[in-house]
Amino acid sequence: MYITIRDRPAENRAAGPKARVATTVVLLGVVSLLTDVSSEMVTAVLPLYMTAELGLSLLAYGVVDGLYQGVSALVRIFGGYLNDRTNRPKWVAVFGYGISALSRIALIPAHGFAAITGVVTADRLGKGFRTAPRDALIADASDPAVLGRAFGVHRTLDTIGAALGPLAAFGLLLLVPSGYTSVFVASFGFGLLGVAVLVLFVPDRRTAGGGLPARRLFAELLSPRLRRPLLAAGLLGLLTVSDGFLYLSLQHSGGFAASWFPLLYVGTNLVYLSLAIPLGRLSDRVGRARVFVGGHLALLLTYLVAGGSGGGLIATLVALALLGAYYAATDGVLPALISKRVPAAARGSGIAAAQTVVVLARFAVSLAFAALWEGIGPQSALYLAAGLLVVGIGAAAWLLKGIDA
Amino acid sequence: MTLRSRLVAFAAVLVLVVAGTILFVLQVRRERERAAAAAPPVAVTDLATVTRQPHLIFRSTAIGDDYGRVAAVPLGDPSGPRAFTGASCDRVYAHRDEAVCLYSKPGLVTTYQAEVLGADWAVRRSLPLAGVPSRTRLSPDGAWAATTTFVSGHAYSTPGAFSTETLVTPLGAGGGKSLNLETDFKLYVGGRRNTARNRNLWGVTFTGDGDHFYATAASGDKTWLVRGSLKTRELTALRADAECPSLSPDGTRVAFKTRNGQAEGQWTIAVHDLASGAVTLLAEKHSVDDQIEWLDDEQVLYGLPRSGSGPSASDVWVVPADGTGSPRLFVADAWSPAVVR
Repeated sequence: MYITIRDRPAENRAAGPKARVATTVVLLGVVSLLTDVSSEMVTAVLPLYMTAELGLSLLAYGVVDGLYQGVSALVRIFGGYLNDRTNRPKWVAVFGYGISALSRIALIPAHGFAAITGVVTADRLGKGFRTAPRDALIADASDPAVLGRAFGVHRTLDTIGAALGPLAAFGLLLLVPSGYTSVFVASFGFGLLGVAVLVLFVPDRRTAGGGLPARRLFAELLSPRLRRPLLAAGLLGLLTVSDGFLYLSLQHSGGFAASWFPLLYVGTNLVYLSLAIPLGRLSDRVGRARVFVGGHLALLLTYLVAGGSGGGLIATLVALALLGAYYAATDGVLPALISKRVPAAARGSGIAAAQTVVVLARFAVSLAFAALWEGIGPQSALYLAAGLLVVGIGAAAWLLKGIDA
Repeated sequence: MTLRSRLVAFAAVLVLVVAGTILFVLQVRRERERAAAAAPPVAVTDLATVTRQPHLIFRSTAIGDDYGRVAAVPLGDPSGPRAFTGASCDRVYAHRDEAVCLYSKPGLVTTYQAEVLGADWAVRRSLPLAGVPSRTRLSPDGAWAATTTFVSGHAYSTPGAFSTETLVTPLGAGGGKSLNLETDFKLYVGGRRNTARNRNLWGVTFTGDGDHFYATAASGDKTWLVRGSLKTRELTALRADAECPSLSPDGTRVAFKTRNGQAEGQWTIAVHDLASGAVTLLAEKHSVDDQIEWLDDEQVLYGLPRSGSGPSASDVWVVPADGTGSPRLFVADAWSPAVVR
């Protein structure tokens, strides 16, 4: 793995593409790693805990799972705004990481359905708050020339944490059978360590400008510089079918994917974490917009493979690899692309706006796609989505033309 | 703060967190041993004696070494001594000399198992199982077993991620492939074929004719009580807002749980008369999230988590099936009841 911990002040603009990734970025990656171990520990055991230990039904779990996805999108833009308003990204992030960590300890006395939904909501609120200020800190601490790689390093560490979490949780359950409380306490511990690294080691950078008034911020978000990338991101987001459907399509066609359903996301994560840095570096060299649009070509191929396959081993693996590549080429590359387009004073809001546009577009489309899926069946629905995505990629490429310059 | 003092502070946090977690885990283990030692000893009796008379098979949740084991009590003395079997199940259903047992095997990758057990509670056959155990039933003639598991997607996904898998498997000598209610059966709602891809099916209860069964169908936020046929492979919706049906021993009524206008995650239990379509809400005021079991033609059994005393404590309760009376504790520290006559 390519992670070098060596401090190189961000002001060193002459460093060029060979510059090291800033220590702050690696530290924020470590914070995310610890926090993801913490949250994925809980996510991994929650279905068993709710059904086997609390005797709640499947449907109750389905509701909680939905909450997991929906809540954080809406507070994200508020987190970004708070960041630019207060000019203290670190402390806004500490607040977000803090609520999530505290929510673990609240799981111990929470035995009912309502209590658990409350705790899960708090956890997601924390995630919503912290994402934009954290990405603003990464952008602020990095040499703009290697921003793609910086986000790649951060997302790699983040995803490693997500992969380790379930292992830690089930390892602990082996030591203490049915010891869900122990899992929650250990998860709280990891969350606390993440907050400690953030508080103690991440420098309290103040971004330029003295806190933008809301009106100017709004004008900044609507400025021509951001209008085109936001439009492109929103358009592509509208054509992104949630991977839950892709997994379901592979699973419905039977065969390999059906018996290994729970492991599908692990495969996607592995590809994501191994490609995040290489694709981030590529985006620094050939242009972030190009890699961002290219990632959607991988998504297009995923639709075709998932729609056309019989759920066999090879097709499933190819689909997972393509999906992982799509995440690696877009998730960290988008904030890198946006950061360059906005003045530092509006960076948090700019990044948050782009991420919110994408999340909301995806959420809207997943509702529409569910109807399509029911109406014409998975295969035709995926082919139709692929056809629309071809047009969308063309339009996005046109919107983003010259943006890397 | 200098880097040095920050490192010292972090080391302190690290030590506190690691030591705190280890101490907590050790404390939990010690407390469990103490609780197991201090728990009023579960009165135990001989299995053969209990199973000779009409009895209740259930998962015992009494604290101690036998936690999670399948146990039996005589129907005549449900609060009396219980007899333990050698099987441990998350969900169990039984007939005389035959049982089906769903359980999870914790490990670095947790796996799930379903097994058909014989008269001696030894494994007779393994069934496919894809996810977290939820419901299971045997047909009265023992020819079919139904299992419902919860198959979940993960993280980035949105709607459509929640999914159940319900399989009915022929247990006869010839064996044969499991049928998947979602993919191998056609669903009809209000006379029209429902092809929704997000439909889910769960909670099977078999009739005595060797062909028909009842189950729950769901699509979007709607649920239906459906009647299915193994021969024609069709499911027909009978009424809306009904989950986890259970057919009465005389075959005239279905007990089920219903949202009945309440919040998400809240259910009332009710009985549907198959001949008249009339529905009676039962006297239990707590939310019941279980597949009901009929004690006889007049009373139903169901599990309730015991609030306030920590997770994993549950009891089996009984209430009249005609909406009168009030619920009463049937077996303490029990879950997943099955009546065997």
